Amino acid sequence: MGLKHSKQMAKEALAKKVMAATQTGLPICDRPYQVIAEQVGTTEDELLDIMQDMSSQGLIRRIGLVPNHYALGYRFNLMTVWDVDDSEILHLGQQVGQLNFVSHCYQRPRKAPDWNYNLFAMVHGRSEDDVAQQVETIQQLLGPACRDMAQLNSLKILKKTGLRIR
Amino acid sequence: MCSHRTSSHQSTLQQQEVELTEFEKQLLNSYQGDFPLTPEPFQTIADALNTTSEKVQKTISDLLDKGVLTRFGPLYNIEKVDGVFSLCALKVPTQRFDEVAEQVNSYTEVAHNYQRDHEWNMWFVLAAESEQALEILFNDITELTGCPSLNLPKQTEFFVGLKFEA
Repeated sequence: MGLKHSKQMAKEALAKKVMAATQTGLPICDRPYQVIAEQVGTTEDELLDIMQDMSSQGLIRRIGLVPNHYALGYRFNLMTVWDVDDSEILHLGQQVGQLNFVSHCYQRPRKAPDWNYNLFAMVHGRSEDDVAQQVETIQQLLGPACRDMAQLNSLKILKKTGLRIR
Repeated sequence: MCSHRTSSHQSTLQQQEVELTEFEKQLLNSYQGDFPLTPEPFQTIADALNTTSEKVQKTISDLLDKGVLTRFGPLYNIEKVDGVFSLCALKVPTQRFDEVAEQVNSYTEVAHNYQRDHEWNMWFVLAAESEQALEILFNDITELTGCPSLNLPKQTEFFVGLKFEA
């Protein structure tokens, strides 16, 4: 095992360094990966390889431009929560997640009697009508498997810091 | 100079929609993911969009400065690296809202915190090293604030992503 194991460890250590070096983003210059490679003590080729690996493993969700959706006019952002029949939540959750206006979709635990919603979907639109239409679409998709729902509008960001990588 | 790169605390949600040029829209719609992993990625984009690397670099840089982008680079799935996360909520009496927001925000383990228009009016993401540590933290916040609380770690992730059309 020795060699293979230590190779794997070295890869993981490098991946962590790459994450730390790109936490605030990529530099904007002709060869940004070269700059990062120098920072983490590797070659540009090796950096491109490892970032490719990290993408296929899902460690990197995507690489690109991350818009502030408010600036693009998506001012209506709503957390919708649904009480969905437990026997149907897996396939219905999957379908809700595929809708092109849903940014995050999770199953979360109920906390009876205070909280009976087990499906969370964040939706985004440019107008109140857009969002109302989106809620309607989800409602129809869930059909009779959904017993209840609620809409939680965000009124204010109280805190927003990135999740830290140690 | 990228003063808008990260959102500041206590910012209100409403933000002006920014007028974009056709080229800016094209870049935004094509490269929210799939930023090339090539030695000269801006040149790769320039070739695809029939322009110059300089123009692509300048445009992305301007979009960051104008606050249209919050970030440019890889987006990580931090849960694959380390830590556990949970979405938590509090039911805060209106007259105590600011005080409780301050208490909750004082924890470095609290990443995002939003005020929402629901009886469960404060929603935040907790990050910790282990499930046990998260549980302790959650109980600590519950006790400190004295508010009814919900700890809703995800059970299934159906979707995280969404590209916003410019």
